[in-house]
Amino acid sequence: MSELRELYQEMILDHGKRPRNFRAQDGADEAAGHNPLCGDRMTVYVRVDGDTIEDVSFEGAGCAISTASASIMTQALRGKTTAEAEALFQRFHDLVAADGNDEGIGKLAVFKGVRAFPMRVKCATLAWHTLRAALDQQDEEVTTE
Amino acid sequence: MASLDVAKVRADFPLLSTTVRGGKPLVYLDNAASTQKPQAVIDSITRFYTKRYSNVHRGVHELSELATGDYEQTRDKLVTFLNAGCREEIIFTHGTTEAVNLVARGMDEQFKAGDEVLLSEMEHHSNIVPWQMLCERSGAVLRVAPIDDNGDILMDALEGLLNERTRMVVVSHTSNALGTRNPVERIAELAHAHGALVLLDGAQAAPHCPVDVQDLGCDFFVLSGHKMYGPTGVGVLWGRREELEKLSPLLGGGDMIETVTFEKTTYRGLPQRLEAGTPGIAGVIGLGAAVDYLDGVGMQRVAAHEHDLLEYGTERIQSIPGLRLIGSARRKAAILSFVVEGIHAHDLGTVLDLQGVAVRAGHHCAQPLMQRFGVVATVRASIAMYNTREDLDCLASGIHKAIEVFCE
Repeated sequence: MSELRELYQEMILDHGKRPRNFRAQDGADEAAGHNPLCGDRMTVYVRVDGDTIEDVSFEGAGCAISTASASIMTQALRGKTTAEAEALFQRFHDLVAADGNDEGIGKLAVFKGVRAFPMRVKCATLAWHTLRAALDQQDEEVTTE
Repeated sequence: MASLDVAKVRADFPLLSTTVRGGKPLVYLDNAASTQKPQAVIDSITRFYTKRYSNVHRGVHELSELATGDYEQTRDKLVTFLNAGCREEIIFTHGTTEAVNLVARGMDEQFKAGDEVLLSEMEHHSNIVPWQMLCERSGAVLRVAPIDDNGDILMDALEGLLNERTRMVVVSHTSNALGTRNPVERIAELAHAHGALVLLDGAQAAPHCPVDVQDLGCDFFVLSGHKMYGPTGVGVLWGRREELEKLSPLLGGGDMIETVTFEKTTYRGLPQRLEAGTPGIAGVIGLGAAVDYLDGVGMQRVAAHEHDLLEYGTERIQSIPGLRLIGSARRKAAILSFVVEGIHAHDLGTVLDLQGVAVRAGHHCAQPLMQRFGVVATVRASIAMYNTREDLDCLASGIHKAIEVFCE
């Protein structure tokens, strides 16, 4: 069952069960994301001061991969600039969906096992797409399709 | 009746001996999505393309005669398989979805504002959306017959929704998401008593139990080739001849016309009138081979074998702590839809996949139904004639493994 552990690393299981920053924020910028494939929905809240992300949180129901991805994302982004967040999303996307490596992306590296499961890439990236929409002040719900 | 020889059946399906995920024997339990193909179906397609290929209904040459003969023979096989009244009642489509749309679109001229379409809460999107679209075009109203917690249609409620404005009643013969076998004969009686027509979605029925469209009492019955061991890209609309005659063609084009001038075109009779363009010839021929294969095994035997597996599988999994079966209808096809507390359906699907067990995880193209049961998605193990008790043991142990990973 090594592939199973490769995908569902302890940190993913932990954040999947006990997501961090799992809360709404009044007055923050927010966006809704939806994965029509599985019906998962989440809302990402982000508070930006100048260029700096002061706080990110989320709410919603999803699989372990999407919940853990959102949870770890919220931790990774606090204090980053929006440009750094965008760059990190690109690196993360390349890690799970292309041939990117896991250097310098910290805890997000635990998602590298997702690459072997193309059907699950959208689970891992839903939070990030939704974050981007929140930063762009997009009103329409983001979908992974 | 001797029971189904499952070892013999399995040997006819080359893909079942494949391995997945790095060498694990395949346990294929995603049959409601699509079934695997017996060698006879694969061979029929190869034979067609290597020995007998041509277009149909056109050429004066020998190959066209052979191709036309093979293609039309499938129509005759389906007449027998479904107990249709005549071959004009069998219309080939590209699938169940197209078959439903062929009827819904074809009824535009028969529908007016205020008319009603009644469907059940458990319908597949393909038996909801075309009717919704018809309602949008015509100003008709969509009514929904509710179901109970077991997944049975509330027949009193359905009866209460029928009225003189009801023009169509559309119901799945067998629910793809719950396995419910609906009391379609009774529904057809009630509908007809109110002057409504009945379309049955038979995609999950045709591969799993004997179907006699005349006994069912419906007016239209649709099915899918690839869910009954045939190729993808082919489906069937059966309809009572007089009702098919009333449908306006969904597609205009070659093969469906009698004469064409720039001023006016006249159409051919059934079935060609509803089969414009070059059809999926190889698919239809493959479907013919699938029907032959099913006839050879015997639908009664298939049904008995799958029912045994349903009972065995239900017993194996319903005792698993935290597992909730979605769908426990009085009459049920061999579909096990479930959720496990603390594990999202997609994660469970992935863990099963890693053990070689192929299931569907998701909303099963029945989002309103998922809402009804208060779940986003379920895992669905759907059984076919080639499955075994061992397959269901693998399913159960796979679920236990997932619980070990996620809940301990």
